[in-house]
Amino acid sequence: MVAQLGTAEDNVEAAGMEPVRGRSLWSDARQRFFANKAATGGLVVLVLVVLFALFGQTVAQWSNEEIDWSLLGNIPQAGGPSIANGHYFGVDETGRDLYARVVQGSRISLMVGIVGALISVVVGTLWGAVAGYVGGKTDTVMMRIVDLMMSIPYMFVLILLLVVFERSLVMLFIGIGLISWLDMARIVRGQTLSLKNKEFVEAAIATGVRTPTIIFRHIVPNLLGVVIVYATLLVPSMIIFESFISFLGLGVQEPSTSWGALINMGASNLRNETPWMLGFPLAVFVISLFAFFFVGDGLRDALDPKDR
Amino acid sequence: MLLEVDDLAVAFRTADGTVNAVNGLSLRLEAGGTLAIVGESGSGKSQTAFAIMGLLARNGEATGSVRLDGKELLGLSPRELNKVRAAQAAMIFQDPMTSLNPYLRVGDQMAEVLTLHKGMSRREAMTESAAMLDAVRIPDAASRLRMYPHEFSGGMRQRIMIAMALLCRPRLLIADEPTTALDVTVQAQIMELLSEIRAEFGTAIVLITHDLGIVADTCERTVVMYGGRVMEQGATETLFERPSHPYTLGLLKAVPRLDIDQDELETIPGDPPDMSRLPKGCPFTPRCGFAMERCGRIQPPLTEWSGRLRACHADPEVVR
Amino acid sequence: MTLLQVRDLDVTFDIRPRGAWPWTPSDRLSAVADLSFDLEEGTTLGVVGESGSGKSTLARAIIGTVPATGGEILWDGTDLRKLSPRARRTHRREVQMIFQDPLAALNPRMNVGEIIAEPLRTHQPDVTSKQARAKASEMMERVGLLPNLINRYPHEFSGGQCQRIGIARALVLSPRLVICDEPVSALDVSVQAQVVNLLKRLQKEMGLSLIFIAHDLSVVKHISDRILVLYLGRQMEQGAARDVVRRPRHPYTQALISSVPIPDPKRERARKRPVLSGELPSPVNPPSGCVFRTRCPKAQPDCAVGRPPLLDVGDGHLVACPYQEVMETVA
Repeated sequence: MVAQLGTAEDNVEAAGMEPVRGRSLWSDARQRFFANKAATGGLVVLVLVVLFALFGQTVAQWSNEEIDWSLLGNIPQAGGPSIANGHYFGVDETGRDLYARVVQGSRISLMVGIVGALISVVVGTLWGAVAGYVGGKTDTVMMRIVDLMMSIPYMFVLILLLVVFERSLVMLFIGIGLISWLDMARIVRGQTLSLKNKEFVEAAIATGVRTPTIIFRHIVPNLLGVVIVYATLLVPSMIIFESFISFLGLGVQEPSTSWGALINMGASNLRNETPWMLGFPLAVFVISLFAFFFVGDGLRDALDPKDR
Repeated sequence: MLLEVDDLAVAFRTADGTVNAVNGLSLRLEAGGTLAIVGESGSGKSQTAFAIMGLLARNGEATGSVRLDGKELLGLSPRELNKVRAAQAAMIFQDPMTSLNPYLRVGDQMAEVLTLHKGMSRREAMTESAAMLDAVRIPDAASRLRMYPHEFSGGMRQRIMIAMALLCRPRLLIADEPTTALDVTVQAQIMELLSEIRAEFGTAIVLITHDLGIVADTCERTVVMYGGRVMEQGATETLFERPSHPYTLGLLKAVPRLDIDQDELETIPGDPPDMSRLPKGCPFTPRCGFAMERCGRIQPPLTEWSGRLRACHADPEVVR
Repeated sequence: MTLLQVRDLDVTFDIRPRGAWPWTPSDRLSAVADLSFDLEEGTTLGVVGESGSGKSTLARAIIGTVPATGGEILWDGTDLRKLSPRARRTHRREVQMIFQDPLAALNPRMNVGEIIAEPLRTHQPDVTSKQARAKASEMMERVGLLPNLINRYPHEFSGGQCQRIGIARALVLSPRLVICDEPVSALDVSVQAQVVNLLKRLQKEMGLSLIFIAHDLSVVKHISDRILVLYLGRQMEQGAARDVVRRPRHPYTQALISSVPIPDPKRERARKRPVLSGELPSPVNPPSGCVFRTRCPKAQPDCAVGRPPLLDVGDGHLVACPYQEVMETVA
C-alpha cells in the first residue's frame, strides 16, 4: 500500500548514525502470533496439509484414476489401508487409490476455500471501505445492494445454477464468489466508519490528500488486521460450504473430487464395512479445519488492537 | 493511621523482561487526610494506586506491605479484597466511561452497588442513590437516575463516578487523574467537590496527577514520583515553597502561571522514562541539570532534610 | 501584513432529531456565529474556550474541512470560500494543522519518515522518495528528534515525541499558517512547556503565523500575541494577549482565569475563586440575548434581551459585555 521511500540514508548517515529499525505493528503481531503455541501448531499443520495437497501425489504408488482391478469385488475385505499393496488409505468404492483421491480432493477443497477468501478480501474490502469512507448516498446504495444480495437464499440459487448450467468447477467458484464477500463488506464498512473519524485521517484530509489515496494509504492498511482474521475464518467456512454442496451431490463432478465428495462417498459406504473410506477424508478435513480455526484465533489475538 | 504503605514494589512480567514499575515506596495517610502522588506518565503513580486497591493487571505483582486500618491487604484472596473495596476504599479514574456500563441507567448501576454490598431493598437503594447524586451537586437528581451515562457531559460523568464511589461511605478514595480529560472550568468544579466531599464525609483522599497546580489547594501532603521511585515527599506547603529535588523543582517551574509574568516557559528536557530501560542509579539522571557521576551508578537513599524526605545526591542548598 | 481576515463567520450544522420523520425539519446548531478577527503575518492568535465553544469548528472552517455557512475568510484578500474545491485543496499546502491527541493523529501503520513526508508527496508528486526521506530527516532534526529514528513507528514514541512528529509533518511544506488544535492538553505538564517553546522557536525561524487553540489560558498566554475568548460559538472578548490575561474585562474570561490552579498553596488559598457553576447550555437551543448569561455572576435581567455588542475599550481590546469591569490578575 505504501510506496517505499527508498533505501538512501544519506542525510542520516551524514550525521554518523545508523537508522534504527522500527518495530511495526505487523512485526509486533508476528511476535505475538508465534508466542501462541496453539496458533503456531495450527500453522505447521496447515503447511503440512498444503504440502500434502501439492506434493502428496509424488509418494503415491497409484494415480487417482487407476482402478485396482485386483481388489474390485473384494473391497470390504482386501481394500483397507495397507502399505504392502501401496494403498496407504485403502481404496474407494470403485477400487481407486484413496490416498491419491484425498490428495486430489485436498487440492480442490483448499482452492475453493482460498479463492472464496480471496474474492471476499479483495471485493469485500474495497466495497466496504469505499462505502464507509465516502458515505452519504454512495454508502446507502452500495450497502442496499449488499442487503439485497444477502436476502436472496443463495443456497437455493446456487443449487439452481448448478442444475441449470451443468455442474462445473467454474460455476462453483462463481457461486461462492457471489456470496463470500457480502459479510466482509459489512464488517469492513463498520470498521471504516470508526476509522474515518480518527485524527490521522482528518490530518490527511487537512493536508489535502485525495480520497482514493486516503482509502488506500490510511484506511485499508488499518483494516487489514480484521480482514485477515476474518479471511482465515472464512476459508474453512467456504470449504464446509463446498463440502455441503458436494455432499448433496451437486458439487464437483467425477472424476474430480473434494473433501466433501469423498466424505459423501465414505458415508454412503458405511454400511459396507469400509470405515476407512469415511475415516481418512474426514480426518484430513477435520484436522485442516481445526488448524484453520487455531490460526484464525491466533491471528485475532495477535492483531487485536485492544491488546495494545 | 488509615493507610500505611511500606516498601511497596510492583513488578510486571512482560515479553521484554521484568518491568519494575514501583520500587521501595512508603507512605502514610491518616483518616480524613489528603495526599497527592505526582509524576509524569510512566512514573509509577497509577500502578501504586492499583497495587493499593489490589487492581493490578494479571502479570503484575506487588510486594511489601499495604495496611488499611491496620489490616494487611497484599496477599488477600480476591473475595476478601472485594469486601474491603466495597466497604472501605474506592477509586475513580480519568475516563469515567470506562467504569460506567453504557447500557444501564445510572440509577440501576448505583442501586446495584447498594443492594449487593449493603443488602438494601431496591427502593431504599434508589433513594440513597438520589441522595448521593444530590451530594455531588447534580441538579434534579431523582430524574437523572433514569438517564444513561452517555447523556451526561464529561464533568457530570465524573461527578457520577464520585457519587458511586461514595455510596458505601468508604474511608479512602483514590482519584486517578480525575480531571485530566476535562476543561479547566470543570476541573475547578471537580476539585472543589472533592474538598467538600472530604469535609462532609470525612473521606481520606489520594489524588494522583501530573499537574502540580491542582495539588496546591487540595492536598496536605505530596509524594513526587519518577521512574517508579519517590523523589521527594513531605507537606505540600514545604515542598512547594522550597523544592529540594531537581525533579520537583522542574515540575513546579514547568507549570504555566497566570499570576506572575514569565517570559519563557521552563521545561524539563527529555522525555518521561522508558520503564523497561531505566538507568542503574537515580532514574532522573538523564534529564537532571544537577546530575553528577555517581547519580548514574547509585540510587540515592531517601534522607530527611528540612522537614521532608528527598532522594538526591546533590546538595539541597545547590538545588534551586 | 494581514494574512487572514475572518469576517462575520457563521458555521451552522443541521442536526437530525433522533427518530424524526424524514419530512420534519432539521435542528440548526450554530457552532460559530458572527466571528471576526484578523491575523497578522508571523503572529499568533490564541483561541480559548471550553469544549463545545466552537473553537475546533472554527479551525476546521478555516482549513476547509467543515463548510462555513456565512461570512468571509479572506486569505491575502482572496475569499477562500469562493475558491473551487480543487483550488481549495491546493491551497491547503499553505495551512497545516496540529492535533490534540498526538498518537491518534499518526497512522499507526506508517513509519515516521512516511508520515512526515506525506504532505510533500501530496503536493509535490515529482519529489523522489530519496528527497522526501532526506527532507523528513531534516524536519526531524528541526523539531528535536534524532533522525536515526526515521524508520520507527508512532507507538514506539512517547506522547511528547509524537507531537513533535505531528509538528514536523505540519511544517514540512513550509506553510504560512499552522492551526494548533489543543496541541498540549493531552501531554504531561513538563512536556507541554517543551512543545510550546518548540512552536515558538519554529515560528520565529520560519516566520509562521499560528492559531493556537486551548481551553487553558495559562498555556495560550505564553505563545499568543492576541487572544480570542469564545463561548458557545460567540466571541466574548478579544485583545492583545497581555491585556486579556492581565486585565480581563469579560466575566467569562475572568472565570476562565480563576479556574486555572496556581501551584502556590498560600496564594491559592488567599484568592477568591468564583468557580464557574453549571454546564455549557446546548448549542441547539442557546440562551437568548447574551449566551453566557445563564452562568454569569454579573447577569442582569436585560442581558436576556439582545446580543451585547462588542465594545472597543482601546487598543483593539473588544469586550461583549455592558457590565464589564477590570480584574487585575497579576500579583
